[in-house]
Amino acid sequence: MEKLDLQALGLRALNEKLQNQTDETNQKDWEIINPRGSHAIAVGVDAPINVTVRGSTGYYCGGMNKQAHIHVDGSAGPGVAENMMSGTVTIDGDASQYAGATGHGGTLVIKGNAASRCGISMKGIDIVVHGNIGHMSAFMAQSGNLVVCGDAGDALGDSIYEARLFVRGSVKSLGADCIEKEMRPEHLDILRELLEKSGCDAKPEEFKRYGSARQLYNFKIDNAY
Amino acid sequence: MSDKKQNAIPQTVPVQSSTFSKTVNAEIRRAAATGIYDIRGGGAKRKVPHFDDLLFLGASISRYPLEGYREKCETKVTLGTRFAKNPIEIDIPITIAGMSFGSLSGGAKEALGRGASMAGTSTTTGDGGMTVEERGHSSKLVYQYLPSRYGMNPDDLRKADAIEVVVGQGAKPGGGGMLLGQKISDRVAQMRNLPKGIDQRSACRHPDWTGPDDLEIKILELREITGWRVPIYVKVGGARPYFDTTLAVKAGADVVVLDGMQGGTAATQDVFIEHVGQPILACIREAVRALQDLDMHREVQLIVSGGVRNGADVAKCMALGADAVSIGTAALIALGDNDPRWEAEYQKLGTTAGAYDDWHEGKDPAGITTQDPELMKRFDPIEGGRRLNNYLKVMTLEAQTIARACGKSHVHNLEPEDLCALTLEAAAMAKVPLAGTDWWPGKPGTSY
Amino acid sequence: MCGIVGLFLKDKSLEADLGRMLSEMLVTMTDRGPDSAGIAVYNAHQAGRAKITVQADHPQTDFDGLEKKLGTAIGARVKMDVRDTHAVLTMPQASLDAAMAELRQLDPVIRIMGRGESIEIYKEVGLPETVVSRFDIAKMTGTHGIGHTRMATESAVTTMGAHPFNTGSDQCLVHNGSLSNHNSLRRKLRRENIRIETENDTEVAAAYLTWKLQNGSSLGEALESSLNDLDGFFTFVVGTKDGFGVVRDPIACKPAVMAETDSYVAFGSEYRALVNLPNIEQARVWEPEPATVYFWNH
Repeated sequence: MEKLDLQALGLRALNEKLQNQTDETNQKDWEIINPRGSHAIAVGVDAPINVTVRGSTGYYCGGMNKQAHIHVDGSAGPGVAENMMSGTVTIDGDASQYAGATGHGGTLVIKGNAASRCGISMKGIDIVVHGNIGHMSAFMAQSGNLVVCGDAGDALGDSIYEARLFVRGSVKSLGADCIEKEMRPEHLDILRELLEKSGCDAKPEEFKRYGSARQLYNFKIDNAY
Repeated sequence: MSDKKQNAIPQTVPVQSSTFSKTVNAEIRRAAATGIYDIRGGGAKRKVPHFDDLLFLGASISRYPLEGYREKCETKVTLGTRFAKNPIEIDIPITIAGMSFGSLSGGAKEALGRGASMAGTSTTTGDGGMTVEERGHSSKLVYQYLPSRYGMNPDDLRKADAIEVVVGQGAKPGGGGMLLGQKISDRVAQMRNLPKGIDQRSACRHPDWTGPDDLEIKILELREITGWRVPIYVKVGGARPYFDTTLAVKAGADVVVLDGMQGGTAATQDVFIEHVGQPILACIREAVRALQDLDMHREVQLIVSGGVRNGADVAKCMALGADAVSIGTAALIALGDNDPRWEAEYQKLGTTAGAYDDWHEGKDPAGITTQDPELMKRFDPIEGGRRLNNYLKVMTLEAQTIARACGKSHVHNLEPEDLCALTLEAAAMAKVPLAGTDWWPGKPGTSY
Repeated sequence: MCGIVGLFLKDKSLEADLGRMLSEMLVTMTDRGPDSAGIAVYNAHQAGRAKITVQADHPQTDFDGLEKKLGTAIGARVKMDVRDTHAVLTMPQASLDAAMAELRQLDPVIRIMGRGESIEIYKEVGLPETVVSRFDIAKMTGTHGIGHTRMATESAVTTMGAHPFNTGSDQCLVHNGSLSNHNSLRRKLRRENIRIETENDTEVAAAYLTWKLQNGSSLGEALESSLNDLDGFFTFVVGTKDGFGVVRDPIACKPAVMAETDSYVAFGSEYRALVNLPNIEQARVWEPEPATVYFWNH
């Protein structure tokens, strides 16, 4: 286990160490202490390593993550795992707004609650929130899956493209072009797998599915000519 | 009979309204027929105060010119000196503006890369991400970081020579990208992670930050991901240039890119292009003033764009305080966009060479703003690259000629005092005197 | 664009540390606002006495004899405590209005920063570190306080453009965000005879609250109606005699983090601002909901 003290090392040195790890690295396990709400911790990592952050982070923890398994033993600030490509990011506490924003792949698990705009512009990432999510979540969500074991705030899935939204609790309101959709066996399978992966014992049957009504896909022209 | 003829009431001449002109009425009819706003490409077409309203004074008895050829006039510019480990050096003060693969064909992007590289300058990706071809053909590539984040990934970010955080552009300050279904081909759809054939709506605000206080943190993140190696540009449309430039600097930008209303777009509502955003002429002095007030002029470089067409425009931007200019529309015209050789086809599309702007339909006869394989065949990227390089060379030579005529050994030594204005508006916007006077509206010390 | 911090103490034994804790929180937010900084501290007051905080660009000359002059004008005992460019004038509660009227006549040489039974407001151009040090905030005691670091958006960087803005007796406002209809509102409020000095959008919000309060709204009602009348992006923290209030606009993009323990309630634009607070690891940490007014009171 390689221990990195953020206060002693400084952000650049800490990130450089993590970013220098390659696929062949022997140093698989890393622990970051004294994060003290700092920003951009463990960003741009591209290696199959395990990184545990002992404490709460500021903005963009795990930004653009590839392959790494990042675990925050605390809460995360805005934009956690933004633009993640692959790997996992797990937050034991809560996540602030924009969690998983524009993520292309990988899995983001939030054991507490996520604030507004969770999964905004998501492009393939899977996000599982054990608690609630805030308003404007999954705004313009293009693809990927968002699973919410608690409740969702206002304007869920506004302007959504093809991402799938699964919510167990209540949805305060749906956004433009977002509707409830039929839950079919293939959806239950996706949901089951994601719930298991994220360590949640909720049952897939308890969830409802939401997605695009596809009415905004093409501009409506009256007498097209 | 003849009496009647002599007393006949004379014919009046039919008068067209300036307010309800033919163009306006045609648009009203189109809106009534379709129920959808008019979408088109390009920048503001209407006449606004521009560089043509400014003139250089030239050398005379009080000021001496430099000889061409023997006496040098430098044009090199270094961008990103503030924080980046590897600033970008360009040989000419002209860069190619961001235009997406998707709005342009692959061949057009290749031509831009080839031409820019030959000329020793940079190209910029657009709202769709970096293509392998573009990185391959451009010796210096600026990677745009847009609200949509289509195709954004850390590997491409690290391949870039600079990163341009796009807050807005001149054609639509406050608007997001737009690409219609006709151009969402398989490849474009795959790059942008969108269903094929849909009309792409893009966000107008970045998804994970709002405001310059957050932008500062976002720039920190981008620097951390790229090891603080490359310059970070911040691009804005012509809205509030003094405040926008100040805030970009405070947020940590290395370079500020300012795009006026004549700056083009692939597609957006005509109403946006023509009625939101200022002419670039009105923006440059304000942006420079912001840099000077922060003691950052030439420390944070300023690139301006929006209707730059020739070496005179380049020289005027330098004189007003910019470090470099960027061209978009002009580069496309150099490649062959809106060329009269396709006139028969333009006519079939209901338009004419020079006026064709329905690029979103993907039917470009020149094969430049289309994804149609048949049309794209008409465009030769190698010839296009050569043409762009020629054009950039001419612009540079023209700027040097003017600079030498004003006694300057570097285009950056041109200053506002080398200029005069032909109109009150241009004088006020550029803050240079009306020709024959020492005054412009708003000159300090005057009451109006 | 800016950074905001706030601290409300439930545990009296922490009151001696209020200034130090608030200063540290504020300096942590420097990146969000390098232009100017300000702090409002609510200090245990002497019964029956009120305070007015004033500022002058040339304190040596401008404050000279002010104590006596004001005391004579209002016919009461005035005590003056000078801290750098600011001074706190203390007088009988009953004479507060008269003192305000006198001081207004000395504007702009003497500028009023705040008034009330317990509030003191200090604000200047410069980095938070410089501002807290020149006013010796770290040694101040109090029951609660709010602080602000500014990155100016559309108005000038000046002393009077800094936050907090005084909105009423023992009340002040700080703001993170950018209002989009402040020009129209400024014109309307000026027509209602509300005094607005700068082109700063936050001052308009403060003036709006003042106007609402003058017309009979409670602070809670005024903040509720601000959600309809103000357009743009805002997180507001309002200091009151007994505590503070927080409200975020319905879009809620500007950040806001709160932390609560048995000893305190704290606010910060970023979690970073709260990390040095006692027992923060065990605190309940959450984010205020959009379009909802929150209050904490003694």
